[in-house]
Parts: sequence; structure tokens; C-alpha cells
Amino acid sequence: MEENILKVFALSTARYFDQVAAGGAILGTPYLRAEGELVALDYAAIIGISGAYHGGVYYTAPHAKLEKLLPIIGEVTPDSQLCADLIGEIANSIAGNAREHLGAGFMISPPFVLTGRSGDVQTPKGTPCYVLPVTWNGHVSRVLVTIESVERGGT
Amino acid sequence: MKLLIVDDSLIVRRAIERTLARSRFTELRTASNGRLALEEFDRFQPDVVTMDITMPEMDGLAAVDAIIRRAPATIILVVSALADKSTAVEAIKRGASGFLLKPVTAQSIQEAMEEVLTD
Repeated sequence: MEENILKVFALSTARYFDQVAAGGAILGTPYLRAEGELVALDYAAIIGISGAYHGGVYYTAPHAKLEKLLPIIGEVTPDSQLCADLIGEIANSIAGNAREHLGAGFMISPPFVLTGRSGDVQTPKGTPCYVLPVTWNGHVSRVLVTIESVERGGT
Repeated sequence: MKLLIVDDSLIVRRAIERTLARSRFTELRTASNGRLALEEFDRFQPDVVTMDITMPEMDGLAAVDAIIRRAPATIILVVSALADKSTAVEAIKRGASGFLLKPVTAQSIQEAMEEVLTD
């Protein structure tokens, strides 16, 4: 995967926290997920990618982080349903905003949300999966990017 | 004026509802995908619709087409995370009045709605 593509997702992630939480997100250095490395936190949302690319974009975060974000967007009584909805919306925003640079051929699915850490996040075998750590308000979350360009047979 | 809010995210529907309930809308209803939006549109006959694009069952662009066929004067504000220009252009071509990029804030919702209502 090209370094530029990872930058696109870093920009999208930073934009989300800038817009919603007036910034404060610290993006760590992206790294290649090791085989068998556990990455899932309390909630995970998966966005399927099709069109000019295939694969997925994932966002996973702990309950405590989502619980702190919800009041900022006006939800004064955070609960697990709202946390699950929020994780899906964050993933949708990160993947959707990436189309500014990747174009309309980067087609995204509605989010599919997983709760709990059982089973961890399954990504496509044979496609590298990059992990972008995101720290906000002391809580670490992760963006996972595992996509390949269809045209070029890999980025 | 009557407003229909269409988005598969509960927190986005609620954020739009909280923001616009304080403005000129007398009645608000919500739907979580394009198919349900059309059912609600036929029952409710709203003047204004906020419409997400990426949703299960029927996406927002198809729902915009169907609403404009039913009631061409409907004001539709598309609210989507799809940041490429061609998506916004496509939505306007199909009859939407405006496009608001997610993530949204109370201020961005208010400003985008004012813009489509005064156009």
C-alpha cells in the first residue's frame, strides 16, 4: 500500500476529531499489523470497500473513549447503543472523507458494528493491514486500513 | 414547515433533530434508510428532507430520485461523509438543493439548512 494512502486516512481521522471535538487527537506512526496481533477494542466498525479498491477500513475504540465523545456531540446520557452507533459513524466519516483524495471509485459500504473483543478484527488474508493509532483524551483507538487497488492489483 | 431526517445513524438523526427542532420546523420525522424514507415521505409529505447517501436497503441518491419524481419542489439537503466533488455534483444533478459534508456539528447543520432554505 502506498504511503500516500495512509496519509489520506490520517487526514480523514484528524479531520473527524478537529470537526467534532475541536482537535486534540494525536496520530501515532502507522505500522503493519503482525500476524495474529490482537487489535480490537470494545467496539469495532467495519466499512467494506469496493469499486476501484477492495478491502476494508476499520475503526476500533474503547467504551470509555466513546462515552467521553458522546456528550460533545450532544448525547448527555451515553449508553452502549449510542457507543455502537458512534463507532459506525466515525468509521463512515473516516472512509467517506477519504474519497476526497481517492475519488468516487473508492466505494464504501454502510458500517457493520462489532461489540466486545471476542474473535478480534478479521481482515482479508493476503492483503497487508496497516494500523494507525489515534490517542484522544488519553484513550487509544485504532484505524485499520487493508485495501488494494483493483486496477493495479495492489497498491 | 415539515422536515424528514433520513440517516442510518441514530446519533446523526438525533443531532439534526436537536438542532433543527429549535428552528422553523413545526413537525419532524425520521427514517433510517432510503426505502423507509419513501414510505415516510408518502405519509408525511414533508417540505424539506435531509438525506444521507450511504445507507442499507436503498441509498440516498436513489431516494433523492424517487422523492423528486413524487414532489419536485421538495427541498433536499444531502448530508454525507462522501467527500469527493462528483458525489455532491451528482446529488445536485438529481435534484438535491444542497450538500453538507459529515462529520456535522450543530453550527454546520444550521448554516447548511439556512442556505438551502434561502436559495
